[in-house]
Amino acid sequence: MPIVLIVAEQQPDGNLRKATLNAIGAGKQLAEKAGAELHIALVGKDPAKVADELKGYGAKAVHVGAAPELEHYLAETYAPALAALAQELKADYVGMASTAQGKDLMPRLAARLRAAMATDVMGFNGSGADITFNRPMWAGNVFAEVKLTTPVKVFSLRATEFPAAQGGQGAAEVKAFTPKVEASKTKFVDFKEVKSARPELTEARVVVSGGRGTKGDFKEIEALADDLGAAVGASRAVCDAGWVPNDLQVGQTGKVVAPQLYIAAGISGAIQHLAGMKSSKTIVAINKDPEAPIFQVADYGIVADLFKVLPELRSELAKLK
Amino acid sequence: MKILVTAKRVEDPESKIKVKPDGSGIVQEGLKYKINPFDEIGVEEGLRLVAKHQGEVVVVSIGGKEVQEQLRHALAMGAHRAVWVNHTGPLDQLAIAGLLQKVVEKEKPDLVILGKQSIDDDQNQVGQYLAEFLGWGQATFASKVESLESEQEKNKVPALVVGADGKTVRVIREVDNGLATLECQLPAIVTTDLRLNQPRYASLPGIMKAKSKPIEELTPAKLGVDVTPAIQVLKMSAPPARKAGIKVADVPALVEKLHNEAKVV
Ligand SMILES: Cc1cc2nc3c(=O)[nH]c(=O)nc-3n(C[C@H](O)[C@H](O)[C@H](O)COP(=O)(O)OP(=O)(O)OC[C@H]3O[C@@H](n4cnc5c(N)ncnc54)[C@H](O)[C@@H]3O)c2cc1C
Ligand SMILES: Cc1cc2nc3c(=O)[nH]c(=O)nc-3n(C[C@H](O)[C@H](O)[C@H](O)COP(=O)(O)OP(=O)(O)OC[C@H]3O[C@@H](n4cnc5c(N)ncnc54)[C@H](O)[C@@H]3O)c2cc1C
Repeated sequence: MPIVLIVAEQQPDGNLRKATLNAIGAGKQLAEKAGAELHIALVGKDPAKVADELKGYGAKAVHVGAAPELEHYLAETYAPALAALAQELKADYVGMASTAQGKDLMPRLAARLRAAMATDVMGFNGSGADITFNRPMWAGNVFAEVKLTTPVKVFSLRATEFPAAQGGQGAAEVKAFTPKVEASKTKFVDFKEVKSARPELTEARVVVSGGRGTKGDFKEIEALADDLGAAVGASRAVCDAGWVPNDLQVGQTGKVVAPQLYIAAGISGAIQHLAGMKSSKTIVAINKDPEAPIFQVADYGIVADLFKVLPELRSELAKLK
Repeated sequence: MKILVTAKRVEDPESKIKVKPDGSGIVQEGLKYKINPFDEIGVEEGLRLVAKHQGEVVVVSIGGKEVQEQLRHALAMGAHRAVWVNHTGPLDQLAIAGLLQKVVEKEKPDLVILGKQSIDDDQNQVGQYLAEFLGWGQATFASKVESLESEQEKNKVPALVVGADGKTVRVIREVDNGLATLECQLPAIVTTDLRLNQPRYASLPGIMKAKSKPIEELTPAKLGVDVTPAIQVLKMSAPPARKAGIKVADVPALVEKLHNEAKVV
């Protein structure tokens, strides 16, 4: 039976990165189409706790490789450890969520497996040995169906396109393995976390994003986000100016989000921005320029000054409670 | 320091990309082409490093003869010389990285800078493949703490920090929830993110000088690389369009819609 291997990700705080569950959901879809078995892999210094958590998602097995050398994530050490496992299992498909780690790691892993890779996969077609992948190109202006002809096929997954796997589906066997450890020419120096009490941008039900129109004043954006229990997002212009942390950038070259509600204030709607939020369920645009392209994707647009609209929106929303 | 920078030819990010009705590709008519924006950032970083540490910036592009335009652009920015791998037809990451590996083995640079992704294919793979093929360290998504409006940026201070012994490079990376710092032994692979720097414009004298800078021509055959693609793009299609929305008159009307129609608040 063919094997689909999904790589799980541990955050620096040791917890499971939620996008892993979407990747497992995708892995299940693929396994069904390919008539394959789903396996999950996890490596790190201390993966035991997360491994236990991964048991209930209907995989055949969870492979856990612990080694002190794997304390800090490095593509150079994780790729050999995972490649050796993939080879031992004779995995046909190896995938992971397109998180920063997934984007860094999977191509290196693919290179080691001499495999072709598809990035940001949104869906699978075909059946049996004849599987093709759907992925975006040109900032999501084009959807392409691609075929990988190498024996092993590697991919990263756009988490917003796959429902998170549901737990409580029996207990997968947890199999410990000794990861292959290779010396690294790279040293981890530090990780400076941008702490936020707000929900993760990619996981939030509501996202409130600000653009250059805010002129760097995010107070009203943040206040509305907090009223709604929302995450804060931004356009590239805002991140470039250093007004908000870089990892809040939504778009082609930033984060891809698909919340229930996306509110864009003072964002023009460049194609690169739209690439990261077009799949949101409901889009609201607040912009003083009636011609701004953001209105072409917005369900509800309001042509007005964001500094007037946002406070009023907060007080109107408060009335609903 | 010898720095190799890649320069892919891509559609201008401002272009409107449309899929051909038969799904075989995109409509080429009327498109303008540029150097991949991430590669332009790579050239800029290379130039800043060389201004500080001496050396040369060698720029490489793979493609038909039209990619010479992008090489000339990099040369006009200040790169010293160029390598053109002449090949027409589709190439996948395995092939691109395979060709670049051979160029690296020939040129023996201390550092290779690539873009984190091409804005046409959006694959975000080549740098990582190349690092693995060469067995080198990799630092993807290179960025910096200072903003693009900072003093450092105005003074064109390189964001990549070469160690005092010239044997390492320190790279700040944009990752989920923050910034990670890595130190790679040289030679190493770095891929650029948007906030690494603001690329300079090519000056008129720069453009004039670029005309006489050398472009060396190579081919996959000369480099001994089989470039048969292992990725087939079977079909392209336009993404599903969102249904047209409405403009609301005021905030109460907006909240009414969000509450009763969209039911999201
Ligand atoms: C390689 C590359 C990658 C890129 N990747 C991304 C990406 O991932 N994400 C991204 O977002 N961009 C990306 N971009 C940049 C993108 O092309 C746009 O430049 C950017 O999105 C513009 O940001 P903005 O909408 O905030 O600013 P602008 O385009 O300047 O728009 C500001 C808007 O605010 C409105 N406005 C001004 N004042 C007010 C007010 N008081 N009230 C209401 N409205 C107001 C204006 O009418 C205008 O529409 C990328 C570009 C390139 C070349
Ligand atoms: C219409 C169309 C059809 C295609 N069809 C096929 C097909 O059928 N089969 C196939 O195998 N490929 C095909 N390709 C090409 C292929 O998908 C990619 O261009 C190639 O694999 C490189 O991937 P990327 O540009 O996404 O790399 P990324 O990993 O996103 O690029 C990262 C960096 O690598 C460097 N780089 C990438 N390419 C070059 C280059 N040519 N020269 C110099 N540096 C470079 C750049 O620095 C870039 O910033 C097609 C491309 C197009 C536009």
